[in-house]
Amino acid sequence: MERHITLPLTKELAETLHAGDTVYLTGTIYTSRDAGHKRMCETLARGEELPFDPKDATIYYVGPTPAKPGQVIGSAGPTTSGRMDAYAPTMMSVGARGMIGKGARLPEVVEAMKKYSGVYFGAIGGAGALLAKCIKKAELVAYEDLGAEALRKLYVEEMPLVVIIDSEGRNLYEEGRAAYLASQKS
Amino acid sequence: MREIEVSRITDVIERLCIEANEHLPEDVKCAIQSCRACEDGEIARNVLDNIIENYEIADREHVPVCQDTGMACVFLEIGQDVHLIGGDLTDAVNEGVRRGYEKGYLRKSVVKDPVRRGNTGDNTPAMLYTEIVPGEQVSITVGPKGFGSENMSAIRMFKPSAGLQGIKDFIIETVETAGPNPCPPMVVGVGIGGTFDKAALLAKKALMRPLDSSNPDPFYAELEEEMLKKINELGIGPQGFGGRTTAIGLNIETLPTHIAGMPCAINISCHVTRHKTEVI
Repeated sequence: MERHITLPLTKELAETLHAGDTVYLTGTIYTSRDAGHKRMCETLARGEELPFDPKDATIYYVGPTPAKPGQVIGSAGPTTSGRMDAYAPTMMSVGARGMIGKGARLPEVVEAMKKYSGVYFGAIGGAGALLAKCIKKAELVAYEDLGAEALRKLYVEEMPLVVIIDSEGRNLYEEGRAAYLASQKS
Repeated sequence: MREIEVSRITDVIERLCIEANEHLPEDVKCAIQSCRACEDGEIARNVLDNIIENYEIADREHVPVCQDTGMACVFLEIGQDVHLIGGDLTDAVNEGVRRGYEKGYLRKSVVKDPVRRGNTGDNTPAMLYTEIVPGEQVSITVGPKGFGSENMSAIRMFKPSAGLQGIKDFIIETVETAGPNPCPPMVVGVGIGGTFDKAALLAKKALMRPLDSSNPDPFYAELEEEMLKKINELGIGPQGFGGRTTAIGLNIETLPTHIAGMPCAINISCHVTRHKTEVI
């Protein structure tokens, strides 16, 4: 199913999305990857506030290339999500609901997604030049010292994504492959 | 004896870092296009269309194909009749990488210590391999290597009794384990033989060989074809969403090895398999 959705990713909206849906996403998202997630989870462990409001937020696992003069952002495709698995349940527990990345997730992340109505979107890995076209604004929020890994606020328009794992725990990696293999037998 | 200033090597590496990151090699583009033509699933076809559109944007607008502009793997084949003058060769190579990554607005993805981390800020050091070859030329190859796929690579020291079947199973197992993580469709580099370290280097070099070429030994050329076919029967598909195109190429490189062993390394790469060569 093809969907055009506007953020924030409320619980109600999240629950209408299903594994395999093609989604064109519009709204504000935040960037973070390895070092940023580590820092955010340390902040939460100390009982302090995050540098952004995580409620119904969507986090894009990306470390873009530097913007050339006149560009909003450089190439900006997803990084491997599995490296954020250690942090994702904590982020969902404070309200962050959407994740954009690529690659497999651990069962504990899927369990947290079911508990908090999370959605895991896939962007095309390696399509950094194409995905940058959907990013209309980029603004540094925190962790500037982390360079490409800094926390940024992005405004995206019609960002092409696919729902990989939905809030019920259905998984396109399993279903898509099984469907293809079944189609080859018939 | 021909004298070459190391500063010339710096200049070439600066340029190759930028060009390799902005323009995919023609053989890789052709492989993606021919896989697109054979793909039948709707999501799979959309993914491949987007991948093609992506490298076309990169070509046209001179931007990096992928945001992971990689560690700079640099291969120098230095003619034995060349005398390199004017400075330290390693410094010259790193200076080329430093300038290329700065000037090309490429991402700096190197940390100065594997455990304690800390970005070096200029994408150095390069992963430098030098080889002395006959002649009086220097061949320079830059292959920026992303780590989404590098992380899915594997090496195994087989007993010789494991035989060809052991190698075949290991290739399939490695691709299965990689699954959607290395941004499929992948390119698979296989190094068989040598020592522990040489097998890994062979696998990396296999990724630098054009995808429309075959191993000169018909036995391994056939194995390349057979394993690519088997991988594309796994159903992982573009981005792991299901489909025919799990890999767009598989190259095998080999070396003689010890009577007691059969090392095999598999270096996984993605549809953004980048390399560019210049000879001076």
